[in-house]
Amino acid sequence: MLDAILLTLKLATLTTIILLIIGIPLAWWLARSRGLFKDTIATLVSMPLVLPPTVLGFYLLITLGPDSPLGNLLSSLFGGPLTFTFSGLVIGSVIFSLPFMVQPLRNTFESIGNRPLEVAATLRASPLDTFFSVVLPLSRNGLLTGSIMSFVHTLGEFGVVLMIGGNIPGETKVLSIAIYDFVESLEWAQAHLIAGGMLGFSFIVILSMTLLERNSRKVGDV
Amino acid sequence: MSKQLHICFKTPLEHFTLDVDIKIPATGVTVLFGPSGCGKTTLLRCIAGLHKAENAQLRINDDIWQEPASYLPAYMRKVGYVFQEPSLFPHLNVTKNLLFGHKRAQQQGQLSLNEVSQLLGISHLLQRMPNKLSGGEKQRVAIGRALLSNPEILLMDEPLSALDYSTKAEIIPYLEQLHERLSIPIVYVTHALSEVKSMADYIVLLEKGKVSAQGPLKEMLLDLTAPLARFSNAGSLIDAIVSHYDKHYDLTEFSVDGGTVTVPGNIGAIGTRKRIHLSANHISLARTPANDSTIVNILPVTILEIDQASSAQCNVRLQLGQDSQILARITRRSKDQLALSVGDQLYAQVKGVSLVKL
Repeated sequence: MLDAILLTLKLATLTTIILLIIGIPLAWWLARSRGLFKDTIATLVSMPLVLPPTVLGFYLLITLGPDSPLGNLLSSLFGGPLTFTFSGLVIGSVIFSLPFMVQPLRNTFESIGNRPLEVAATLRASPLDTFFSVVLPLSRNGLLTGSIMSFVHTLGEFGVVLMIGGNIPGETKVLSIAIYDFVESLEWAQAHLIAGGMLGFSFIVILSMTLLERNSRKVGDV
Repeated sequence: MSKQLHICFKTPLEHFTLDVDIKIPATGVTVLFGPSGCGKTTLLRCIAGLHKAENAQLRINDDIWQEPASYLPAYMRKVGYVFQEPSLFPHLNVTKNLLFGHKRAQQQGQLSLNEVSQLLGISHLLQRMPNKLSGGEKQRVAIGRALLSNPEILLMDEPLSALDYSTKAEIIPYLEQLHERLSIPIVYVTHALSEVKSMADYIVLLEKGKVSAQGPLKEMLLDLTAPLARFSNAGSLIDAIVSHYDKHYDLTEFSVDGGTVTVPGNIGAIGTRKRIHLSANHISLARTPANDSTIVNILPVTILEIDQASSAQCNVRLQLGQDSQILARITRRSKDQLALSVGDQLYAQVKGVSLVKL
């Protein structure tokens, strides 16, 4: 069971870090630009919210599989097909949790408005400088919410993992799969332990996030 | 030749086109004055590079900031910009806000953090966060932050309009000090005539995106054909020097070109220079000096020009002393009853003198 816990934490952490790297520029672009292209991308980013995870997993299985051109390319890069590996799982999780990172970030970026950027420009800060010294610090809440939501959401994913990761102990067997396993084999005590643990953990995380947000709102705004 | 600002912008706005081509002095305060929505804020944003005008020519002394073919982005222009709202960075304390532009300026300016905080009376606030400041304090920090970025020009967009009456009164003395202390030009946008009187050296009047009149404030106030003389609170400015203080009645006497003016209170040491505003509505004209009136300020004047400002009223431009002129507003009936005409020597009775500027 410890294996599964560590694997799950590793997957969620890695996914959150990658999502921060992809999500920040993507959300900034979505918040600042206009047009049909932006709306199309925004829709694609939100798709994982409504699609059954198995649908996503199914397409990922096909795309990452050795029979697709992309799968082939990735195979040669990673030295083997990504399906049923931890790397494949990370890719799936990143796509699956993308809206949970991008949406709060985009909302935060939009709420900052133009004024702080203009003020920074009249104080000699280049656009990049402004982004790091004004936008990101002012987006602390969005960054926090996005990271926590992505992390927790990744902990709970099941369908995508099952489709592209399977159930390989130490490689792709995460907690949600482990629960399923224990229930299948009628090991109720074990299932209870993990399920209860995840319930408590999620509760504490969401509660502390709410409290943190309320606190920083007090300090916030001019 | 090179010590002036050439500002030329043409850009479409919502209801009309901003079309301005002016040269203004490179020292002192130039006020852009006009009703709300006349394009004055947009003009200021064009100068700062925050609004991109296609058709433009912007030259600050010897530096070209914008031409049809080249465009210096906002962050490379040496401007200090004070917005209508203080817009402090909420995540930085006062010191860090003040130093934001200072750190990024290529050359350090003549002013240090210490000097600026003293000048604006914010030394005791340096460690506070912006949300622990009053509205007036925030705006003073915002002004200091703009100054510390070592600007070549200070742009102020109605910096007092978001503040209540008493906060305005708290800030104006600081602004007047800036005017004394700074060598860089200040372009100040406002729609409040009271701010024009206390701040402006030079004035540009904007109407629907176009310049309707411009010139040194003193002359513009006296130009009967220009819009300022038509304002209900028209008036004129004269220079005055404190000459005497009457302790018994608590009155200060000023000597002005062509006479003396007495003002309540102890204004300052003998020799102090002040600018006095004489409201046109508070000046009446008489053929003989009244000695049975409560009005104490009576000045000999000569009529230079009479202009009918409305169906009921006339503006009268008067010569005072050697080089000064003042404005009086009288009813058309009074003008006819006294049969006033250009060249007449009269006595101006002044009720209501306001001091503006240090």
